[in-house]
Amino acid sequence: MGMGKDIFEITVNGLKLVVIFLMMVQAVPILVWLERRGSAFIQNRLGPNRVGPLGLMQLLADAVKFLTKENFVPDTAKPLLYYAAPVFALIPGAVAFSAIPMSTPIQVSAFEMFGSTWGPYTFLVQGYDIGVGIVFILGVSSLAAYTLLMAGWGSGNKYSLMGALRASAQTISYELALGLSIVGVIMLYGTFNLTEMTVAQQGPLAFTLFGYTVSASWLPNWGIFYQPLGALLFFTTAFAESNRLPFDLAEGESELVAGFHTEYGGFKFNMFFIGEYGHMMIASGLMALFFFGGYGIPYVSVQEVQQWAASIGYGSGLVALLHFLSFFVKFAVFLWIFIWVRWTLPRFRYDQLMDFGWKTLLPWALANTILTAFVIYIASL
Amino acid sequence: MPLGGVIFIVIFIALFGAFLVWVASKTGGKPVYHPIKYEPYECGLPSLDKKDTKVSVKYYLTAILFILFDIEIIFMYPWAISFREFITSGQGAFVFVSMMVFIGIFIFGLFWEVKSKALEWD
Repeated sequence: MGMGKDIFEITVNGLKLVVIFLMMVQAVPILVWLERRGSAFIQNRLGPNRVGPLGLMQLLADAVKFLTKENFVPDTAKPLLYYAAPVFALIPGAVAFSAIPMSTPIQVSAFEMFGSTWGPYTFLVQGYDIGVGIVFILGVSSLAAYTLLMAGWGSGNKYSLMGALRASAQTISYELALGLSIVGVIMLYGTFNLTEMTVAQQGPLAFTLFGYTVSASWLPNWGIFYQPLGALLFFTTAFAESNRLPFDLAEGESELVAGFHTEYGGFKFNMFFIGEYGHMMIASGLMALFFFGGYGIPYVSVQEVQQWAASIGYGSGLVALLHFLSFFVKFAVFLWIFIWVRWTLPRFRYDQLMDFGWKTLLPWALANTILTAFVIYIASL
Repeated sequence: MPLGGVIFIVIFIALFGAFLVWVASKTGGKPVYHPIKYEPYECGLPSLDKKDTKVSVKYYLTAILFILFDIEIIFMYPWAISFREFITSGQGAFVFVSMMVFIGIFIFGLFWEVKSKALEWD
């Protein structure tokens, strides 16, 4: 099992997981508000601005409305699947997101409590540090396809079923390109561990090519400069994985009513929404982590920040806070790009979508893999 | 091993979600039964098909092809992670060429799949 050595550490680690999950759930109304306001400004409207300052209380009004909605289950539904689907929709997002390192560890020195000595402890600013982080996140987040199928089949509505089938066929098709687009990243860093990847991207850009050291101190040492095509492919497939426009064929309302969640309303619908935003958050976190240095502050390494913090008399808490802010800014930028793209691009047609995944993204991801391997091999000669 | 954490959060979310669904079913308005209201929603039209309507075989084909290709991609992961180690130990050429052969077979499979129109949606 191993969440810690004693009851204090186990409690803190458990609370940390709960807090990460609740923060994800709490971020959704804020993102929805941002999305509605953002889309309104993109489309030259005002958006929600009546309830509270800047329309921010709209979130509370929505929550109350969700809670007071009638609990509707169609006659044709299979109750167990129908009720289980929205609950399971919450799981993959939160479980995968907990594996993303959001900052440097916080050290707690030994202290006295209840007549005994506790600690010292090291608490990670992430749910759990998994050695094969990438494989774990890809595996867990692809479980979301089951949620879609449960909802589609459990609703007993043919449009729900069609939406679910489309969505799952789309997710699995794009998963190929997704899995392949990060083979280059794995080759580059030589690890599956997300913390080690972040550490590998510290400092200014510098690499060895044919025995010469190339350095560009005006650029940070981020993965995007080594894997530009990989980053583009990863981000594109991440849109398809989270069923967002331009890949939201699962809920193409002009043909499928609302797709797999046609028969869901009120809080159960809200939970699917949380699941979708959870996928956006994983994708944004992974983009920041693979290609933009993770929690690393551009140009400086963690050691330099630690030395600076020590010189003004602060410990690992300030270091962790600064790195968390760095991660959060990158994370927020990608979340905004998700929203921005949704209101910019039109939806694909289904055959175009499948063609794009299988015949465009997959060959390009293969080309990226071959090219990366070739360059790494040639450069080492 | 962080397995304890994973199991804990999965159980916690399942209970939390179930609790939310239960609370929402208690706070929501009282359902008034009417057979037409409880039909599956099809924009107000009477249902034409049964719910277990026939599904295009393309979905099954896509799923099978996904499994084939996904397993091939999974084989690339251990190769990718140890590629640099093999280069430093002097076996770079062998490992590079053998993976290129593997990717060649992958590309041949993809090409054959496109040629045989397994990916055509109409």
